[in-house]
Order: sequence, then structure tokens, then C-alpha cells
Amino acid sequence: MSAVLDLFTIVAVTAGAIFFLAGVVGLLRFPDTLSRLHALTKADNVGLGLIVIGLLPQAGSLYAAFKLLLVWLLVLLAGATVGQMVARVARRAESPG
Amino acid sequence: MSLTYVLEVVLAVLVLGAAVWTIVARSAFSSAVGFVSYGLLLSLVWVQLAAVDVALTEAAIGSGLTGVLLLSAAATLRATEGTSGTGPGLAMRVAAAICCGFVTVAVAAVVLTLPEPSPTLAPEVVAALPATGVGNPVTGVLMAFRALDTLLEKVVLVLALIGVWSFAPDRYWGGHPGLSHRLSADGVLPFFARTLPPLGVLLGIHLMWTGADAPGGAFQGGTVLAAMWLLVMMAGVRDAPAIRERWLRLALVSGPVVFLAVGLVGMLAAGAFLAYPVAIAKPLILLIEVPMLLTIALALGLLVAGPPERTAQSL
Repeated sequence: MSAVLDLFTIVAVTAGAIFFLAGVVGLLRFPDTLSRLHALTKADNVGLGLIVIGLLPQAGSLYAAFKLLLVWLLVLLAGATVGQMVARVARRAESPG
Repeated sequence: MSLTYVLEVVLAVLVLGAAVWTIVARSAFSSAVGFVSYGLLLSLVWVQLAAVDVALTEAAIGSGLTGVLLLSAAATLRATEGTSGTGPGLAMRVAAAICCGFVTVAVAAVVLTLPEPSPTLAPEVVAALPATGVGNPVTGVLMAFRALDTLLEKVVLVLALIGVWSFAPDRYWGGHPGLSHRLSADGVLPFFARTLPPLGVLLGIHLMWTGADAPGGAFQGGTVLAAMWLLVMMAGVRDAPAIRERWLRLALVSGPVVFLAVGLVGMLAAGAFLAYPVAIAKPLILLIEVPMLLTIALALGLLVAGPPERTAQSL
């Protein structure tokens, strides 16, 4: 059973890391601010989500697992807010007036 | 070569990279962003060194709060930036580089020539810790063994705030700090400023409370509370209070005042200034920490909010 859980962790965390890598590539390669934001927020939301889900079996206690989920939720909230605000500034800068 | 070793080397390289970026960045804004990342990476280094208390402080104060201060300073200075002749000259830069380099070399020399094992008071702290009733040695040092330093630190915090307030023009004295003139009801930031603070306030109090036995403490908790308050003020959900408010000033000095009072009572009850009677050491430490949390949160928030820029009547 623990081998299965370990395998699950490895697969999920690796998938999360791939999302982060893709996000970084997008951040560096995409042509405009909005696309770059798109890449960045996907990496944050899905990548971190996969890493958190992957780490859940290793958390050891329900309390620790809850804290991991809370961290993810907080990053979702902060990431979505900051993404919106950066996008607004970018749009204002692109079309003056 | 273990995995931890690889992680440590990668961290060290990242910290150095962020430090170089912070120095060479062209605009003050980029530099401030670099400084924030540098602080967050540095707090990971502290975690790696098993100094979680220091890591929390670095993340909250060194990176978070100082970062906000630097970012708002950069925003204020943006208008003057880039105009020719305002930057320091070559001679000044070289002199600064030499001084900084000297400090770095001196610190490195001291650290590298420490005797092995390095001198430490840690065994004495651990041996005397049960008398204080707290389980976290860092809190024990801050609140009991070196309580005088912590008391003076709070006094400095209040003095720093008075220094910031003294920049207010006479006509605005006693008025509101200049953050957020328009109160907005909806939008992304106000939503965020309504959603996050309940959890943030809980976390701030938790950090203070848990500091007795685990990493945490009044300073880290107070910083989180200050951040929540700043978020609420910056989003325009609530206006900053006028600095002439009586409750505000009382709450600001409550930390040092209670600390001093307990210290003076210690003179009578335990024979020395800031000495706690062993039987009630833990409740006394809590009695000091609660108003201290309030002082730290208010002082840090108001330090970032800056000097008053509107009269108390407006808004």
C-alpha cells in the first residue's frame, strides 16, 4: 500500500514540477504580458495543486494535510488577485486613455 | 554528495544571484522586487539551518514589511528617477563598493575563524528554560533572559513611528496617513481584502500564541496582523485612522508600558528589574506579549502608511 502511495506521490509531484517548468518557459517565451500571466497563473494553480495532492499521502497527520491544502487555497486566492491586478495595469499601459 | 548538499548549493547560488540582481537592477522598483525575492530565499536558508524563528522573521519583516516600505519608496521616487545627474557619481559608487566589500570580507573572516566548537550560551539557556514556563528557547531569550533588549526594541519601534509622523506638514498634523483616498466597494482587491484578513488575523494570533513552545512569536504574529491591516487600508475597505485618535496612541504605547510596569513590579516581587517570580513567569510573559502584539501590529502598519497627508476632518 505504501509503495502505491509513494508512486502516487512521485507521479503527482513530477506532474506538478512539469507544470511549473512549462509556466517558466511560457513566462520567458510568450510575446505579451497577458499571455505571460496566463502561463504563470496556470503553473501556480495547477502545478502547486498537483504537488500538494502528491504530498498529501506523506503528510503523516490529518492536521498537516489540512495545512498543505490551506497553503494551496491561499496561493490560489493570492495568485488570482495578483494576476487580475497585473493584467489591469498591463491593459491600461497598452491602451492609454 | 547528498541531496541536501545539492539543495544547499542551489539555495546559496540563488541567494547570491538575487543579491547581485538587487544591486545591479536599473530601476528602484526592480531592485525592491529583487530584494523581496532575496529575503524569501534567505528565509529558506534559515529553515535549512534549522533556525525557523529567524526564517519566519526574515520572511515577515526582512522580506515582507521592508519590501513594502521599499516598494512604496520606489513608487514615490519614480518621478525623479532616470533624470540625469541625480544618481551617485563614479567615485561615490567605488567608495560604496569598497566599504560594502570590506564589511563582507570582515564578516566572512570572523565567521570562518570562529573557534570550534563556537562559543555559545545555548546549554545555559536550555538548562534555565523550565523556570520561564515557555518551551521555545528563542522566546525564552527574547521574553525572559534578554527581556531588556525586547523592551527597548518596542520603544525604538514607537520612536521610529514618531519620526515618520514628524514629516507631516503642520496643517495635516493629527490627520490621516495618505493611503487610499477613494473607498471602493467592489473590485478584485477589496474582495481580497475582505476574504483574507479573517484567516490572517487568526494566523497572526496563532503565531504569537504558538511562539511559547514552537517557532513563532509576537513580532512575527504582529507583522502578519500589520499586513492584514495594510491590505484593508490599501484596498480602501477601511480608511487609515487619524493619528490624533486617543485609542490609537494608547494602543501604540500599551506594549512598552505594560512591559515596563511588569519590569518594575519584578523589582519588588523578584528583586530585579524585569525579573519574573518563577511561579507566574509564564502568565506574566503572556501578559506582556498580548499588548506587545498590538503595539507591533499598529506601529508596523502605521510605519508603512506613512506621515499624515489629510486633515482629520476630510473623508
